[in-house]
This record gives sequence, structure tokens and C-alpha cells, in this order.
Amino acid sequence: MRIKINGEAEDIEAEKLTVIDLLRLKNVESPEMVSVQLNGDIIERQDYETTGISADDELDFLYFMGGGSL
Amino acid sequence: MREFSPEQLERYSRHILLQDVGVEGQEKLLDASVLIVGAGGLGCPVAMYLAAAGVGRIGIVDGDIVDLSNLQRQIAHFTKDVDVPKVESAREKMLAINPDLDIRTYQLNLMADNIQEIIRGYDFVIDGTDNFPTKFLVNDACVMENIPFSHGGILRFDGQTTTVVPHESACYRCSFRKPPPPDAVPTCSQAGVLGAIAGMLGTIQAAEALKFITGTGTLLTNTLLTFNAKNMDFKKIKLRKQSDCPLCGDNPSITELVDAEQAVCELKG
Repeated sequence: MRIKINGEAEDIEAEKLTVIDLLRLKNVESPEMVSVQLNGDIIERQDYETTGISADDELDFLYFMGGGSL
Repeated sequence: MREFSPEQLERYSRHILLQDVGVEGQEKLLDASVLIVGAGGLGCPVAMYLAAAGVGRIGIVDGDIVDLSNLQRQIAHFTKDVDVPKVESAREKMLAINPDLDIRTYQLNLMADNIQEIIRGYDFVIDGTDNFPTKFLVNDACVMENIPFSHGGILRFDGQTTTVVPHESACYRCSFRKPPPPDAVPTCSQAGVLGAIAGMLGTIQAAEALKFITGTGTLLTNTLLTFNAKNMDFKKIKLRKQSDCPLCGDNPSITELVDAEQAVCELKG
């Protein structure tokens, strides 16, 4: 299926996919350090395993970035 | 209308020449106040550019003293400042750039019980903090006090920033909800950061403050600007104010400030 990740179209070789599957597929090391936006809605972290992704969905991976002062 | 002295007209001439700023915009800057939270990688360039721009009252908060390992990126602190409180070091540099400013220093860590009284009375806040509990605290307090602010974060070769106008645009919690578990956060000594990244992001935050004060252009509201300096790839991700946001949504579950568990970063790694 074709989806968009952070604005760029990508073809994913899968018929069924959850948010956590996609995070693993995209080698996101620590799913706890990313907030996922699906078609503009924020998916709660505890729902990553149950939220399905369909063709033409638009996803944004928003990474937690904490540094600044030290 | 304020009378500009010949020295001020010369000092601020490059702002006054700008059609979108002009004498009127410079006047707004001189009458404005900005609070900088953190006198580190982000706070240092912000402090220097806001001082140079003539932001009349600048507050700066940081409880730490300057460490030798800070100097790789915290450009307001010099070798002679090691062991000096960061806020004092930053204040000295801001006044050296522009002696006319009213600089207020707060040598402390922001907590749930002191943040509101400190940020109250400032027009704009810069988040240049190094940890998630304080980032969420700054967001929550700014939303509750209705003070616009700029969020900033850097890590390794990456940076991100968004500008929040409370109750009008997406807040940090709209998109990030709650701090990540402390054990998932890479420690500062593990992760590292390329020094100039702090300047890249800090100057974007300073520009947002100047734009907000002068009413110029379009702010980075409802937008997460991210960049990766390895390939100088800049991206804008659209954010939106979420009706289920626990803070600024329709049925908020967060109605008072609390201190979250803090992951302690090693200063000397």
C-alpha cells in the first residue's frame, strides 16, 4: 500500500499494518521517543499496537527532542 | 511616541530600515519583555540576539554554573566563566552588547510552585530547556497564563521548533501528550550534539520572538519545523490544535501544574 510518511510517499509491502509494525519497519529504535500523527490526529502511545494503517493514510513521526541547555 | 536618541537610531538602523519593522517595530521591541528559560545551547544565542535587537526587558532562568564541557556550544559563556552562574555570565554578555537593557536573572530551576509567578508579566517565553519535565512544565504554565512561547529541542544533528500561541494554535501537549519514560530518553553524555546546531535552532527561536513582538510575517504556529544538519534537510510538519489535548482541549484533564519525574543528565560525562 502507498502511504505518506512525514510528507513523502512510500510503498509499504504489507496488506495489514499497525502503527507499531510501521515503527518497527522504519527502524524507529525507541517507539516511546516518537509521537505519531495519523491523518492529523495524535495516536496515544498505548494505542500503537491496535491502530491500523490503510492505504493513502498520512503519517507524521514527531520525535521527542529534549536537549537544549546542558 | 518614544524619542530615539541619535545613538539608538544608529544602533538599530538596520531594523529601522526594514520596511516590516521600522521605527514603530523598534519601539515595540524596546517596550517588550521576553523570558529565556535555560542559559545553555539554545538560551545563549537567543539571549545575545534579543539583547542586540533591543528587547527592553529580558529575563533569564538557569540554576546551573558554567562547566568546561558547555563551552563547545553555549556561546555566551567564555573560558573565564567556568564555575560562574550561567545567568550571571549571560547577563554580562547581554549588557556588553547593549547596556540599555533591563536584565533580570533567576538562578533557580523552574518548578510547578514557582514558574507561574516568574513567567507572569513577560510577553513571550523561550523554551531552551534540556529535559522533558521542564519542557512540559513551560508549555503548561504558558498555556495557563496565556503567554506565547517558542519550543525548541536539539539532539545529535537534529533540531525541532514550534511556536505556541495558547488557545489559538497547537500546544506542545497537543502533539506530544506526556513526557517519554525517563529510561527511554538518551542521556546527554550518550547522545551528544553538534555545537552549531544549538545556534541554528536558537537563532530561529530568537527570530520567532522578534517576529511575534513586531507582528511581522507568519509564526511557526501549528507547524513543527525540523532539520537534520547532516544533509541540511529542513522540513515543516503540520500540527493542529487537538480537541482531545489533555491541556488545551475540550475536556482538559490537566488543570494544575505538577512536577514530573526528572531524568537527571550527567553534567560531566
